[in-house]
Amino acid sequence: MTNNPVKPTACKLLDIMPQTQTEWTFRVKNNLPIKHGQFMQLSLPKVGEAPISISGFGNGYVDFTIRKVGKVTDGLFSLRKGDNIFIRGCYGNGWPIEQFKNKTVVIIAGGTGVSPVKSLINMLCDDSDYAKEIYLILGFKNSHSILFADELKKWQTASHFHVIYTLDDEDYPGFQKGLVTDFIKKIPFTAFADEYECIIVGPPIMMKFVGMDLLMNKIPEKKIWMSFERKMSCGIGKCGHCRIDETYVCLDGPVFNYTVGKKLID
Amino acid sequence: MKHAQTYQLNVDEMNGFFEQLSEKYDIYAPVRISCGGRYAKDDSIIYQPINTYQEIEFHERSTYPLKEVLTPITQTLFYFTEDEFKESKSPQKDILIFGRACDINSIKIQDQIYLKNGNIEDYFYKRIRDKVKFILMDCPEQFEGCFCCSVGANKTDMQSLAVSDNNGSAYVQVYDSDFANYFAKYAAVNHEIQPPLKNELKVDYPVIDNLELANKLKEHPMWKEFDARCIGCGSCTVSCSTCTCFETTDIVYTQNAHIGERRRTCSSCMIDGFDKVASGQSFRKKTSEKYRYKILHKVYGYNARFHTGPMCVGCGRCSARCPELISYPATLNKLSQAIKEIKGGVQHD
Repeated sequence: MTNNPVKPTACKLLDIMPQTQTEWTFRVKNNLPIKHGQFMQLSLPKVGEAPISISGFGNGYVDFTIRKVGKVTDGLFSLRKGDNIFIRGCYGNGWPIEQFKNKTVVIIAGGTGVSPVKSLINMLCDDSDYAKEIYLILGFKNSHSILFADELKKWQTASHFHVIYTLDDEDYPGFQKGLVTDFIKKIPFTAFADEYECIIVGPPIMMKFVGMDLLMNKIPEKKIWMSFERKMSCGIGKCGHCRIDETYVCLDGPVFNYTVGKKLID
Repeated sequence: MKHAQTYQLNVDEMNGFFEQLSEKYDIYAPVRISCGGRYAKDDSIIYQPINTYQEIEFHERSTYPLKEVLTPITQTLFYFTEDEFKESKSPQKDILIFGRACDINSIKIQDQIYLKNGNIEDYFYKRIRDKVKFILMDCPEQFEGCFCCSVGANKTDMQSLAVSDNNGSAYVQVYDSDFANYFAKYAAVNHEIQPPLKNELKVDYPVIDNLELANKLKEHPMWKEFDARCIGCGSCTVSCSTCTCFETTDIVYTQNAHIGERRRTCSSCMIDGFDKVASGQSFRKKTSEKYRYKILHKVYGYNARFHTGPMCVGCGRCSARCPELISYPATLNKLSQAIKEIKGGVQHD
């Protein structure tokens, strides 16, 4: 019989790394090739299955940073190191990293939206020759919801990185108070000539306003990339939940160029 | 249409034929369930395995569509333990399904999603689909609200056999040579089973040929009335011949909470939660938005992706099942009107 694309594989949970009280990173054994920005279907026997973006990967492992919000995630938070977790994937197109080569990359992300772009930021940080300069605006709600604190420090000290970290409504060392949109004007787009690309990830309302702001700053639509979050039961274009008109987010996304994404009206 | 011999068999002969078939095939057909409907003393007609010709309901439209044989409302995909997922058992016998032309054509749409979309074959659909052959049911009476001719679903060439009920006897037209041997002892008769060529209801099925137009239609005021009229129950999509959406859920056995089943259950874009992501956000909160999403999938989204025509076979079940008496053809007519307005430049606030 042919290979079954929805059959999950048991993989060992290598480590659990709490980021905040409700958001933990689960490190799972994995040897499958992964592209930055892809996602996997995580399942827990007895509970269910959900699409989770890959927040990091390396030799022999894949990371998922998960907020304790739903039925599937509640089950995850009772697991311990060494337990089995079932995964299948990877799915989705991932970030078009070829487009970012030798260009300045502007990344604007909010909250758990940092997860799907984190491995890309790390790659751009570690391989300082890949792109030119990296401008990061990363926003969180408050000091209790800051994710990847260690990595935020690392990116801050990288010589080719320019970072602005924000908290919506709190004064806190190392962070500016305000929404990510308040700081877009600090990015010197005119100095980039034509050699740059922008990435937006976060809640739909944030992506909408950041997109509008970028367009107001005369950023061409084709230079803007975004990642969509939708409900999925299968990840392979069968269950229908992530469909928007003729587009399946699982098959055609989750990363879309703004020229395409702006037309995706649920 | 392939050339095919026709034979006339009485009920006993048909039952003998079914008995011979039963070695290799499970036969499914619409069957009347007395008092099995949603109201008191209301029957339902559903697809079930049959043994005899008399069990087949020829004279009324089945309440639920043929797709249920291939994609049941609930099916077990896997049995799981703590370390392993194991696929549920495949169907053992081949399957013969009685269906009208619209019902059989609807399987092309199921095939498109389950076998072709994303160039990924769904294992559970594929393993049963490969075993299925169709018996075309003659459709001389038609039913209220049918409009197969308006969407070109009145004819099919997917049948292995065609059967016409003729007051206690049956005409059987044989298309598939696999079945020729069963009829060797009968003399062929001169009778051609004809497809329905005209419906009482004619629907001008709307054409939306680009995403810009579809997006403009999303803003049109025509959808507003459905906030008041539609209750978002999902009856239309469960009874739809072409809808395919599903949920995946796990259950555990009460005697041992470490083992259980992963199930696939029919879902509906009309119900709350269909689009709800982990953070709790939904994208279509109003019933009118859900209804609009469903209709535009049938009329626009499906064809825009696959270029094979409407995601509809005109079977009329959605309207027949709607507890709020919402007519799908009436919605299509309103949509056609809205398209004319937009193309003609009419503005709405």
